[in-house]
Amino acid sequence: MFPPPEDIARLAPELVWSGFGMLVMLVDPFVPRARKGAIPFLAVLGASFALLATALPARRPGPAFAGLLRVDGFSVFLHAVVGVVALLIILGTTEYLEQEHLPQGEFFALVLFATAGMGVMASAKELVTAFIGLEMSSISSYILASYRRSAPRANESAMKYFLLGSFATAFFLYGVAMVYGATGTTRLEAVQAAVAAKETSGLLLTLGLGMMLVGLAFKVSTAPFHIWTPDVYEGAPTPVTALLSSAPKAAAFALLLRILFVAFPAAVDTWFWVVWVSAALTMFVGNLAALVQTNLKRMLAYSSIAHAGYILVAVAAASAAADDAPSDLAITAVLYYLVAYALMKLGAFMMVAQLGGVGERRAEINDYAGLSERQPLAAACLTLYLLSLLGLPVTAGFLGKFYIFQAAVNARLLWLVTLMAINSVIGAYYYLRVILVMYVREPEQEWAPSPIPRGVALVLLLTAAGTIYLGLFPGAVMSFATQSALSLR
Amino acid sequence: MASSHLLSSITFLPLAGSAGLLILRREDLVWIRRFAFVTACAEFALSLLLLRGFQPGEPLYQFEELHAWIASPPIRYHLGLDGISLFLVLLTTFLTPLAMLASWQSITRRVREFFLMMLVLEAGMIGVFLALDLFLFFVFWEVMLVPMYLLIGIWGHERRVYAALKFVLYTMFGSILMLIGILWLYTRTGTFDLPTVQALLQTGQVGLSLSNELLLFAAFFLAFAIKVPLFPLHTWLPDAHTEAPTAGSVILAGVLLKMGTYGMLRFCLPLFPEAARRLAPYVAVLAILGIIYGALVAMVQPDLKRLVAYSSVSHLGFVVLGIFAFNTISIQGALYQMLSHGVSTGALFLVVGMLYDRRHTHRILEYGGLATPMPVLSALFLFLCLSSLGLPMLNGFVGEFLILLGTYQRHARWAAFAATGVILSAVYLLWAYQRVALGPVTVERNRSLPDATGRERVILFTMAAVILWMGVGSPVFTRRMEASSQNVLKQMERPQVHLAGTAGTPDLLPPTKPATVGTVPQGRPRGGHP
Repeated sequence: MFPPPEDIARLAPELVWSGFGMLVMLVDPFVPRARKGAIPFLAVLGASFALLATALPARRPGPAFAGLLRVDGFSVFLHAVVGVVALLIILGTTEYLEQEHLPQGEFFALVLFATAGMGVMASAKELVTAFIGLEMSSISSYILASYRRSAPRANESAMKYFLLGSFATAFFLYGVAMVYGATGTTRLEAVQAAVAAKETSGLLLTLGLGMMLVGLAFKVSTAPFHIWTPDVYEGAPTPVTALLSSAPKAAAFALLLRILFVAFPAAVDTWFWVVWVSAALTMFVGNLAALVQTNLKRMLAYSSIAHAGYILVAVAAASAAADDAPSDLAITAVLYYLVAYALMKLGAFMMVAQLGGVGERRAEINDYAGLSERQPLAAACLTLYLLSLLGLPVTAGFLGKFYIFQAAVNARLLWLVTLMAINSVIGAYYYLRVILVMYVREPEQEWAPSPIPRGVALVLLLTAAGTIYLGLFPGAVMSFATQSALSLR
Repeated sequence: MASSHLLSSITFLPLAGSAGLLILRREDLVWIRRFAFVTACAEFALSLLLLRGFQPGEPLYQFEELHAWIASPPIRYHLGLDGISLFLVLLTTFLTPLAMLASWQSITRRVREFFLMMLVLEAGMIGVFLALDLFLFFVFWEVMLVPMYLLIGIWGHERRVYAALKFVLYTMFGSILMLIGILWLYTRTGTFDLPTVQALLQTGQVGLSLSNELLLFAAFFLAFAIKVPLFPLHTWLPDAHTEAPTAGSVILAGVLLKMGTYGMLRFCLPLFPEAARRLAPYVAVLAILGIIYGALVAMVQPDLKRLVAYSSVSHLGFVVLGIFAFNTISIQGALYQMLSHGVSTGALFLVVGMLYDRRHTHRILEYGGLATPMPVLSALFLFLCLSSLGLPMLNGFVGEFLILLGTYQRHARWAAFAATGVILSAVYLLWAYQRVALGPVTVERNRSLPDATGRERVILFTMAAVILWMGVGSPVFTRRMEASSQNVLKQMERPQVHLAGTAGTPDLLPPTKPATVGTVPQGRPRGGHP
C-alpha cells in the first residue's frame, strides 16, 4: 500500500536528505578522481533541495503516517535549523576533507543521513518513531566522529561516544517500553490523556519518563550526563564537532520539549525540579570546567555544556509559567537560542577547524597567540563568535540570553535567573581570555597562516553575518519562533 | 528641534569614523592618527550644537528621537538629552580628542586598532548618556566594555591582562544583575521606555511593594556602584587605571566612572525613590568611607598613577554623597563634581602619562625636583593638583562646595565627615607634588628631561583653560543643570497611597513553584484535569 501524497509531502525533507545521501554514496565510486568536485556539489544540492522541501509541508501542516509524525510550525522551524546547519557543514568541509585526505562520499552521505534522522526527531509524535530518528542521527554521528581513522585520539573519542551513546539510546528505549507498559500507548497525545486521567501506574510511568530524560540528557549533554562531551568534541574531526554541537542538540531539545510538554504536561510537578536542578548543575559544571581548559576545542566543548544549561533554564521557565502565554514565550526563547547557538558555535568550530591546519595540530589556546597580526579577519571573526557566546549586545547570543532571562523572570524563576547571570560572568572570563591571547600575546613559534579556502570563507561569512543580524534585528526569526512555539502543543 | 537627528548623528559619527579607519591601510600611521583625531574634533564640534539648541529652563528631555526597533518585546530606539546628560556628553566629546592627542607618540603598536577602539568607545559612552530606553541603555552599557577591555588589555602596562579581566568581570557582574532588574521592571510595566516606566511608577498605575522596590533598587544600584566605584567595590579601579594606557585612564576616570553616578541619578532615584530614601543613610556611610579611605590610601601610594586612581575613589565618594543627600543644591554639586573630576583627573592622568613617556615609570621615588628641568610641565601639574584638591576659583571647588552645602542643609554630620576629605586631598596631592617636582633633582637622569612639547602644551593649556572657566564661570553650567536636578527630586515624589507598602499586584519574589495544573485554562491540552 502506498502512502497518500500528503504524507509523502510532509516527509519530503527527510526523503530528500536520505535520497541524496544514497545518491552520493552510489555515485561516489563512479566519479573519476579528477572530477571529485561533483560529490560535494551533489551534497550541497541535496541539502539545498531539502531546505526547499521544508517549505512544502510548511504549507500543509498536519499529521502524517497515521499520526506517527506531525508537521507543524515547530517541526518546520527545527527542520530549517538542522537543514541550514547541514548545508553549512557540507559547504565548509570539502576543503578540510581534501586536506586530510579523507573520502568525501561517505562523509557527505552520513551528514545527510544524520540530518534526516534529526528531521524525524523534530516531527515525531510517537515515541518509537522518535527513537528511530534518534538512532539514525546517532549512528551516523558515531561514524562521523571516528572519520579520521588514522588518528588515535579520534578513535578513542569515537569509541567512547559509541559506547556511552548506545547506553543512552538504550535508556531511552527502555523508558519508551516502560511508558508503553504504564499507558498502553507510545503516541504522545494518548500518553498525555492517560497520564492526565491518572489511570496508570505512577511508579512505572515516572521510571519511564526518567529513563527517557536520561537518554535525552545524554544527547543534549547536560550534567551529570555530559562526561563524554569534551572527549568526543576534542577527538572528532572539527567540522564534525561543529555539526555535533549544533544540529543534534537542536533536534534533541525539540524531542525533549515534545515529550515534556505534549506527553507529560500533567506530570509537571514531577519533572520541573529535575529540569531546574539539571539546568543549574549543567551551567556550573560547564562553565567551571571551561575555565581551566588549555585546548580551545575542549573549552568550546565545555562551553556548549554550559549553553545546554542556559537552554534548560528556558525549559524550566516554560514549565513554571503559570499560564500559556509566558510558557509560549519561554519556548520561543528556546527556539531562538537554538538558532543563535547553532550559528555561533558552528562558526567558532569551523574557524578552529580552519586554523588547526593539516592534521589539526593547532587547537591549544596558546597556538592562537598573535593571530590578530597574521590573520586579522579570522581573529575578528572568532572574536565575534566568542563575544556572541559570551552574550554581549549586538550579537545573536545576547538576544538569545535576553529572551531566556525574560522568560525566566516572567516565570518568576528568580533564583535560577540569578544563577544563570552568575554563570554568564564566569563564562566571560574564559571567552575574553582567548580574545586577549589572540590580540596581546606574541606567538611562541612562527607559523605561516594558510589562506582560508572559499567554502570555509563562505560559511564563516554567513555565520558571522547571521550572528550580527540576529543580534540587531531579531524580528523575522522571532515571529517565526513565536508561531512555532504556539504549534508545539 | 523635536525631529532632528542631532543625537543620532552624535552617537554614530564616531562609529562611521571607525569604519573609515578600516579603509586606511594599516601602515599609514600618520593618516590614521589624523583621520581619527579629525573625526573626534568634528564630533566635539557637533556636540557643541547641543549647547546652542539646549533650552536651559526645560526640565524634560530635549532633541528626542524615537523609532521602532524590535517588535517583541517592544523595544524602541529612544534618545533624549536633558541637563544631566548634556554636559556628560560634552565631557566625552571633549576628552576623547585630547586623549587621542596624548597617545600620538606613545602608541606605536597596532595604531589603527587603537584609534578604532577609541572611536567605538566614544560612541558607546555617548549612547549610554543619551539612551532613554532601558534595553538600549543596557546595549550601549555593555558594548562599551569591549573596547575598554581591549584598550587596557592590548596597550596597557605589565599587568594589563589581569587588570583588563578584572575590570570587565566586575562590571559585567553588576550589569547582568541590572539586566534582570530591567526585565523584572518590564514584566511589571510592559515597557522598556524610561519616561513611560517613570510615569507609570510615579502615578501609581504600577505599584511596587517595598520589598520589590528594594530588590530592584539593589539590582540597578549594584551595577552603578561597581562602576563609580563605591567603597567596598572599588578594588578593580586602581588596577584598571594603573595598567591602562594614558588615553584609557583618561577616558576611564573622565567618563566611565561617571556612568555609575549618572545611572544613579537617572534610574535609581527617580524609579525607586522609597528604596533610595531608606537606603540613603547606608549609601552615605559608604560614600564617606570611600572619601576618607580613598584619600588615606592615595596618600601612601608609592606609585603616582595609583595615587591619582585612588583619588578618584575619594572624589567620586563626594558625588555619591551629593546624590543621596536628595537636595537640589547637592545634586547640582554632584553633577558639577562629575564634570570637574572628569577634567581634572583626566588632565592629571595626562601629566602622569607624559612623565611616563619620558621615564617609563610611575614610581614617585624615581622623580623629584622636576621643576628644574621642566618648569612648564611642573607648573601645569601644580595647577591641576590645585584644581583637583578644590582650590577656590578653580573647578573642583565649586562641586565640592555645592555638595557639602547641600548635604549640610539636610545632614550636618555627613557633611562634617565628608569635609575631612577636602583636607586629606590637599595633603596627598600637594605632598605628591612636592616629592615629584620640588627640591633638588634626586635622580641624575631626570636632569636632562625635556619640558612639555608643543603638543603637550596644547593639551594641558586647553585643560587648564577649561578648569579656570569652570571655576569662575560656573553659572554657565549650573543654569543648564538646575531644572533637571530639580526634576530628579520631583520625580521622586509619589502619591501617598502606595507608600503604605503592599500595594500592587502580587510579589514577584520567591515562589519558584511550577504551574499548578488545575489553574490552567481549558481548551489547550496542557493540564488534563477536568
